[in-house]
Amino acid sequence: MGHRFTSQIFWKRCAVYVTALMALILIGLTFDSVDKITAGSERVPDYSVINKKIFYSLDEERGAYGPTIGGDAPLFEKKLSSEEAEQIVNLGKLTIQAKNCMNCHTLLGNGAYYAPDLTKAWLDEGWISESIRETLMIQFLMNPEGNSRTFGSNRKMPNLGITENEAKGIVAYLKWMSSIDTNGFPTRFKSIYQEGEPK
Amino acid sequence: MIIYKKAIDHLNKGQKIAIKYFAVALVLFLAQMIFGMLAGLQFILPDFLYQVLDFNVNRMIHINAMIIWMLYGFIGSVYWLVEEESGTSLVGDKLANFGFWVLTSAVTVVVLVYLFVQTGTGSEASLWLINEGREYIEAPRWADIGIVIVLLIFFYNVYATFSKGKWSGISGVLVLDLIALAGVYLAGMFYSTNISLDQFWWWWVIHLWVEATWEVLVGCIMAWGLIKTINAKREIVTTWLYIEVALMFGSGILGLGHHYFWIGTPEYWLSIGGFFSALEPIPLVAMLVHAVYDAGAKSLKTTNSPAFAWLIAHVFGNFFGAGVWGFFQTLPQINLYTHGTQWSASHGHLAFFGAYATINIAMFYMAIQVWRGEEIFGKQLIDNGKKWKWSLGLLNVGMVGMTIALLIAGYEQAFIERAVEGSTWSGFFTAQNNPTFISAMNWRMVFGSVMFIGSILLIWDLLTIRSCPGKIELKTECT
Repeated sequence: MGHRFTSQIFWKRCAVYVTALMALILIGLTFDSVDKITAGSERVPDYSVINKKIFYSLDEERGAYGPTIGGDAPLFEKKLSSEEAEQIVNLGKLTIQAKNCMNCHTLLGNGAYYAPDLTKAWLDEGWISESIRETLMIQFLMNPEGNSRTFGSNRKMPNLGITENEAKGIVAYLKWMSSIDTNGFPTRFKSIYQEGEPK
Repeated sequence: MIIYKKAIDHLNKGQKIAIKYFAVALVLFLAQMIFGMLAGLQFILPDFLYQVLDFNVNRMIHINAMIIWMLYGFIGSVYWLVEEESGTSLVGDKLANFGFWVLTSAVTVVVLVYLFVQTGTGSEASLWLINEGREYIEAPRWADIGIVIVLLIFFYNVYATFSKGKWSGISGVLVLDLIALAGVYLAGMFYSTNISLDQFWWWWVIHLWVEATWEVLVGCIMAWGLIKTINAKREIVTTWLYIEVALMFGSGILGLGHHYFWIGTPEYWLSIGGFFSALEPIPLVAMLVHAVYDAGAKSLKTTNSPAFAWLIAHVFGNFFGAGVWGFFQTLPQINLYTHGTQWSASHGHLAFFGAYATINIAMFYMAIQVWRGEEIFGKQLIDNGKKWKWSLGLLNVGMVGMTIALLIAGYEQAFIERAVEGSTWSGFFTAQNNPTFISAMNWRMVFGSVMFIGSILLIWDLLTIRSCPGKIELKTECT
């Protein structure tokens, strides 16, 4: 036995077999995971979810916070088809990448730590009430210096030249993102009050 | 030009390419420091360079310069060792030179665009031309393609040279690892509206680089470095390398799961990611044990004290930064509170420095020794090695100080922002305004400055280190 554990060829084989096995398992799991996170799946809803009300609350059975989808609540008061919804969410995603949001904010907890996490930004209690939320978000995105929300930190978002269309895209994106089942992240999140909230 | 050519006359073709890569790596290392300091300062003085050079730009250059200088260091290191290890001359030195200039020109243009254009409109064109807005791999798509071409040239050169000459255990692992390293980069080269899918593949690049293929690459460099600096026995370091590969890929490939806890991916990743990433420190312990054991077996007798000291800094830094600091927050029950806080920044800083900056610096010292044409870098260094010792100390003390400061900030955020305030925007700022957090940010700047001084000293030392008094020349011959 002692001989085997000092043998180079034994460890060489180990390296090859272990790597191959792990890579195969990863590839298998990747097929399954990609299927389960494709938009329109149970965990990652279709983009048309932006036509609905989204809640985030503690699921006691599961022991984790999670999104629930409520009744109709079209974004900007216009009900969109699945394609139209995808288009506006896509504009939001392109803008979020082109404006380099991720190097100040985190999205799904990934990014930089200079500004708040955006995973559930749509549901943040800072937007005061659901009736003025969309207007406040658009105003903030288009003129962040004038509508700064620094909570005493003096850390202001810069003006990134976001157009009204792009701002709407970002809001649509944030609304859609808040509907993703993130296994309870962020936990203990205090959501904005919305009518019809599930108890 | 003629003087330069004469000064590098004694280097082999691979080494001549390598020193170019090392030189740019050092410039980018300095850029990483400068932009990191600017970003750090903005935590304390948010108005500093507001709307001129905002935090997102500084932070992007800070982390991009890091990734790129480390890649330059790795490519340089492989070019440095390829001829000695294969026993033959580099197959395509002109091609290698071409690759170097393509990459360096691309990096220059990308940085200028980052600085002066900064952001674009919400369109695919912005992602192709300005920046992709995806952390660590922000480089626009055109540059991605350039990087792949350069990596292919590099890979061809390395593979063809070993094929022409001789293969060894080290070179076999190295070449297979390079295929994997280039392959996983492709996973990050597409756009998706769906952020869950986007981050799923994005982690294939980031994680499978820094927690798998890069680790194996530095394992190869380490094995070669131990043979060079302390004359370690090839058979032993090669066996250790195989053990490390088995352990590293055995834990690291599925350890990818610890990034799949909260991005929309299924719940089974909580168990798989938690279990395998908890095993990730094991190969790092193996690396530490084997390097320290070898060093002891050779009674610390080395032909290159600064390089050897940095190799030892590497094994400890890798173990603590990647291993211990990673393990701290890798189980999902704690990661739920620490994910996306300064806790990650603390781990990121110590891990990247400990695992990768250190070993690249060790290679710089190995290269400069050969360039100077000196048999031994040790006690006879003209200033008794004061500069390398001080820079080693300042860089490491600075990094440890920053890591602790960021860790304290991370603890505070996990408690206040996450556990108490429930991760809202106001909760985020309540945590940021807390005196503990502010003082941690101040200490981070203090230790960051210590590192900055250390890096200046390091560059000064690399430019001047030698054993003979007299005029400083690139190559000195003691008489």
